[in-house]
Amino acid sequence: MSANVISKTVRGFSGALGRTLVSENSAHAKGLLQALDPRVKLVGLLALVVTAALARKLPVMAALFGLGVVLALGSRLSLWSLAKRVWLVAFAFTAMIAAPALFLTPGETVYTLGGLAITAQGMRSAMLLVARVEAAVTLSTLLVLTTPWMHLLKALRTLMVPVEVIAMLAMTHRYVVLLTETANAMFESRQSRMVGRLNGHEQRRLMVNTGGVLMSKTLEMGNEVFLAMQARGFRGEVRLLTDFRLRGWDYVAMSGFAAAVVAATMAGR
Amino acid sequence: MHIPDGYLSPSTCAVMYAASAPCWWAALRRTRRKLFGRTLPLLSLFAAFSFVTMMFNLPLPGGTTGHAVGVGIAAIVLGPWASLLAISLALTIQALFFGDGGITTLGANCFNMAIAGSFAAWGIYRLVSLGAAAESRRRVVAAALAGYGAINFSALLAAIEFGIQPMLFHDATGAPLYAPYSLRVAIPAMMLGHLTIAGAAEAVMSAGLFSYLRRNEPALVGITGVPAAQQGIRTLWGALALVLLLTPLGIVASGAAWGEWAPKDFANAAGRAQMAAASGNAVAPAAAPSGLARLANLWTAPLPDYAPHFVKSAAFGYLLSAMFGVGLILAVAWAVGRWAGRADGE
Repeated sequence: MSANVISKTVRGFSGALGRTLVSENSAHAKGLLQALDPRVKLVGLLALVVTAALARKLPVMAALFGLGVVLALGSRLSLWSLAKRVWLVAFAFTAMIAAPALFLTPGETVYTLGGLAITAQGMRSAMLLVARVEAAVTLSTLLVLTTPWMHLLKALRTLMVPVEVIAMLAMTHRYVVLLTETANAMFESRQSRMVGRLNGHEQRRLMVNTGGVLMSKTLEMGNEVFLAMQARGFRGEVRLLTDFRLRGWDYVAMSGFAAAVVAATMAGR
Repeated sequence: MHIPDGYLSPSTCAVMYAASAPCWWAALRRTRRKLFGRTLPLLSLFAAFSFVTMMFNLPLPGGTTGHAVGVGIAAIVLGPWASLLAISLALTIQALFFGDGGITTLGANCFNMAIAGSFAAWGIYRLVSLGAAAESRRRVVAAALAGYGAINFSALLAAIEFGIQPMLFHDATGAPLYAPYSLRVAIPAMMLGHLTIAGAAEAVMSAGLFSYLRRNEPALVGITGVPAAQQGIRTLWGALALVLLLTPLGIVASGAAWGEWAPKDFANAAGRAQMAAASGNAVAPAAAPSGLARLANLWTAPLPDYAPHFVKSAAFGYLLSAMFGVGLILAVAWAVGRWAGRADGE
């Protein structure tokens, strides 16, 4: 039992670090979306996500999902990996939430299952929710899997996100990886020294004490990082080096995104 | 609790972004003033810490496990403004990078968990721990309640956002277009899990971390027997009093300090000899340089040579001058502090 809690947490850390590595690898691969200017990709894919959220017709959502699959194939992403990590997870989660809507949504009964009436409106609502979530999640995942993190953050400037916030997000991301590794090492070392089983109270104490040590380390590191930044000339102002340049292919992609958004919006109302 | 894309209508998402934006703006301004350049590294690091603790599997009474957002302890340690920024950063990284929570719903998620959660946690902690002694058990209970109350308040807000979707957004046949459940279903469904498992996880994390910090890093939770800042001030007052008492030592030094000569020192032989001795035997000019002579009379000090003219004892004069000088500096510092405090809204 006690080993399970630590093992589950360590597995969670490994999963997070693994996903980071997969994203970094796929973002640097050669492919359709990887070749685009991050600003075009960010705005284009976000516009498609919003279009999926606005759409009210299943075929339009299916078309947006299909577009996502085509873009994934063009960007050399593994569909099996997408299915396993994104589509199945989103489907299982959303279907679980949407299933009761089949019975709870008032409307015309189309089928009776074990004395419970499934309504047409319930079916439509559940299908809309699942389709919309699948389309939106696919499109937003494409953004992360095909854009190096630092490029994605710099591209956020086009959405008028303050420079300071972008710098904080960059630092947070960097230290998420470091602190995950630190916490991982703390749990693994604890696990290697542990014999026997801990009861519930001891397990809770182990987890929160590890959290406490991690917080102390974090704040100490925060001060050290600040001093290091100061030593390198940081005076509270942040400047970003943006070397993005639009090329011919980006204009084509921009037109493509715009056409898809307009078509889906018009067809989806 | 992390609402994914597709569950809320775009107009609800826009409203939630609009509600969050002024809070982020105000928080950024306030923390920038309080932390100066430290805002960036400290908040980033704390956000990274929150992100990592969200992955901790907390064993709960009854044999199940849960994850905590950590908003309770963040609000207690950082205060509500910095906490809302740190948790918002962690949620943004989760949404953008790990797909946990949607991009269109990020405003709503930040409003529910980071903004409302931080203020709820901070308010509950302050209220319950009001007047409690540093070592009081009530403070641990306050921390637990802060986490529990904050996460449940956040869940209630999320449930309301879900619950209003079918009322506002449905097609001609009445089929809901987004989250399909009305408030009557959404609130109990959401609250059941949060009043039990998620709430317990948050309470355990907040109370546990609070106890740990109180034991090992008391200054972080602001409840040392004598606050660290106050201890420092006391030492400073002691040192200041000692230095004041030692000021008459200035009389022991003979002659004028190098470079602090008065025009009259150039005119008398003793003054010129002192200048030559202190300057490697370089001969001083016969008369005071014209610029020095002209500017020396620009300002006449109220206490020349650290002794008011009515005081006969040089030692007492030194002491009196030191007290006057220190008093003047303290008065200016106090006035600046008052002004800065008012500008800070306190």
